[in-house]
Amino acid sequence: MSNIPSELKYLSSHEWVRVEADGETAVIGITDHAQELLGDVVFVEVPELGAEIAAGDEAGVVESVKAASDIFSPVSGEVVAINEALEESPETVNSEPYDEGWFFKVKLSDVTELDALLDAEAYTDVCEADDH
Amino acid sequence: MGNKTPLYQAHLDSGAKIVDFGGWDMPIHYGSQVEEHHYVRKDVGMFDVSHMTIVDLKGAEAEAYLRFLLANDVAKLKTLGKALYTGMLNEKGGVIDDLIVYRMPEGFRLVVNCATREKDLAWMGRHVDGFDAELTERPELAMVAVQGPRAIELSKQVAASASELIDGLSVFQGLEHGDWMFCRTGYTGEDGLEIIVPATEVESFWKGLEAAGVHPCGLGARDTLRLEAGMNLYGLDMDESVSPLEANMGWTVSFSEDRDFLGKAALVAQKEAGVPNRQVGLVLEARGVLRAHQKVLVEQGGETLEGEITSGTFSPTLGYSVALARVPKSANGNVSVEMRNKQVPVKLVKAPFVRNGEKVYE
Repeated sequence: MSNIPSELKYLSSHEWVRVEADGETAVIGITDHAQELLGDVVFVEVPELGAEIAAGDEAGVVESVKAASDIFSPVSGEVVAINEALEESPETVNSEPYDEGWFFKVKLSDVTELDALLDAEAYTDVCEADDH
Repeated sequence: MGNKTPLYQAHLDSGAKIVDFGGWDMPIHYGSQVEEHHYVRKDVGMFDVSHMTIVDLKGAEAEAYLRFLLANDVAKLKTLGKALYTGMLNEKGGVIDDLIVYRMPEGFRLVVNCATREKDLAWMGRHVDGFDAELTERPELAMVAVQGPRAIELSKQVAASASELIDGLSVFQGLEHGDWMFCRTGYTGEDGLEIIVPATEVESFWKGLEAAGVHPCGLGARDTLRLEAGMNLYGLDMDESVSPLEANMGWTVSFSEDRDFLGKAALVAQKEAGVPNRQVGLVLEARGVLRAHQKVLVEQGGETLEGEITSGTFSPTLGYSVALARVPKSANGNVSVEMRNKQVPVKLVKAPFVRNGEKVYE
């Protein structure tokens, strides 16, 4: 069973969100389950710094040896940071999907969007349904 | 549940992720496909290839039969154990399968693909009538491919009694050692052996190799390795609708006048009329991964010619993507590939891309 931290929020398309201590910056990445399904990640494309994105938008692509997969933004707002280290070391997405393998950060324009996301328990159900 | 090789439990013991491969439950990787790829290029790795089908052929007319059945000519096999890569074609000149045939002390041994086993055996059986020759499948034999710069050294260490025999093998030769057979062949572009072992002995051999430092590698790495080496995969790069002349297999077809073979008339006619397509290598040095079935566009002389990628992947050795593609014979202009609704320029090259750990294309 893959690792699903209880403090994060999720999309059923396997992105996670963590709200930083300031309460208004959201960090986004893909889950442990997603990296397992993809296998070795070789390229990551993230949105441009300063871009305005809306919840549900395509916000990048992750390519593994096996497949290409779109990344969707779980929240709306301005992109305030991107993980440039993934350019050199995309395999970090496999080894540390919830830490050094994050994709980008968004300054939330509407914090209530977080309420619509899946909690760890609901996301666990999604993964189990995938496995069967 | 699919078929299981005698190494199935050993794969689980090593943490394999198992997937269906042509009806067999096979390891796709044991953690990281890319790491396994590098082991083979830089050190040594091993693959369970017991799912492949081994067929022995004996009889006074075994050679005459194979000279008719196969597009390459087994009469070229002058010395014991020498091997030949060849297509087995239908009457239209399409590839039923690609295979390796070894000259054995009595007759020949053929190694064919697993996903094509049934149709291969049916086709071989249908055409053996009228020849004094007998086909015997050998499901009691397993096979392990040990590949990489240290493959020979560590195989000799673990199969110590065969050490001298291994030293004496030339490239593309396989010799028996009791019930075992050591073949200097592979599907990776590195030196190494494919070792045919009785199923009852293969698990202890595998564990012995692992203890000696040979890394288990899955079919995922096998695919990136063969693609870097510019080797075809049956079902993607060619099949029954594709002529070997369009799949970079022209060198495996022997057209001598004194020999007829299945598919020859169709290939001769195709050569006379002009072969419409050819196989090329493609390289994408920018971000992105070329994948099978993507459309290839060649701009030349004001028109756009279309082709298709037959297999593509990220090349762990090169750090960017490579592919094999089938394009119109004359295609030689600016080439791009349609990827995710965008046209991305690529370089047209001659495969292979990598041999013995190094980039080799221009």
